[in-house]
Amino acid sequence: MAKMTLEELRKLRSSQKSEMERRDVEGKEIHIIVGMGTCGIAAGAKMALDSFLDTIKSNNLTDVVVKQTGCMGLCYSEPTVEVKVPGMPDIIYGNVDAAVAKEIVEKHIMHKKMVENHIQDKPAGDIIK
Amino acid sequence: MHYSLSDMILDLFQNSIEAGAQRIHLDIVREAEELKVCLKDDGCGMTEGELEKSKDPFHSDGIKHKHRKVGLGIPFLIQTVEQAEGSFEIQSEKGKGTLFSIRFNLGNIDTPPEGDWAGLFFQALCFDGEYELIINRKIIGEEGKVGEYLLQRSELQDILGNFNESGAMILLRDYLKSQEEELLDQ
Ligand code: FES
Repeated sequence: MAKMTLEELRKLRSSQKSEMERRDVEGKEIHIIVGMGTCGIAAGAKMALDSFLDTIKSNNLTDVVVKQTGCMGLCYSEPTVEVKVPGMPDIIYGNVDAAVAKEIVEKHIMHKKMVENHIQDKPAGDIIK
Repeated sequence: MHYSLSDMILDLFQNSIEAGAQRIHLDIVREAEELKVCLKDDGCGMTEGELEKSKDPFHSDGIKHKHRKVGLGIPFLIQTVEQAEGSFEIQSEKGKGTLFSIRFNLGNIDTPPEGDWAGLFFQALCFDGEYELIINRKIIGEEGKVGEYLLQRSELQDILGNFNESGAMILLRDYLKSQEEELLDQ
């Protein structure tokens, strides 16, 4: 990849935006929230984040909001990821590696089917108020 | 554990964000076998007592984990630096901010791998909230040849808008990768 300039970045962004407007995605946002506590980082939250973005990109999804948050209090099952899709219950997934992240995008987000075996009940007791 | 230097810095960086920093400077400079990292924030800082405690891996303030101001990052850092002939210094002032100056000895085999700097910058830029982040990435080669790039969060946000949107994130990631690749190629 040749070094991108800020000008090029600006151009890419505006063409991306007009493409989005053309498709007219309504404000129904999908949220992916990746836990980044010390243990999440150590357990490879970055790989999960990368895989989310790659899969979103390869499927041309435009209406996804991706956020990083601090510790979710689930050391034992890091990396943890919360997924919010309108019309579906909010789900926290545990042990999300690159492959699971891809599955979450392709199944949960694109086909509204939950990814079994990785669903976490709820945050650890000391985190929920 | 696959903990690289860039992971370690991400952890410290997150402390800065949680300390409410509005302005953060991060310098990552490599010269021969030495990697210098400087992280400066204007967050809530620590008193001397808190600073001492932050170095203790077994310390917990007994309150909720989530509200713990200091992660395991500092003890990890100290241990890593100590076993690998590096050095570190933490200066902190309550209400003013915190400054980390760290030197990793890349020639020592106990120093973890550097990891992915472009990936670290990406994550550091993409936390939620309003804060300014200025990153200076530099490599000083043999014969003093300097390669570097500068990143400024407000400037990138001005171009990309909200970083949380996947489209903006993907472009940002490409942009950062291209900066780092070019630097390493020089
Ligand atoms: S850092 Fe592991 S649960 Fe908080």
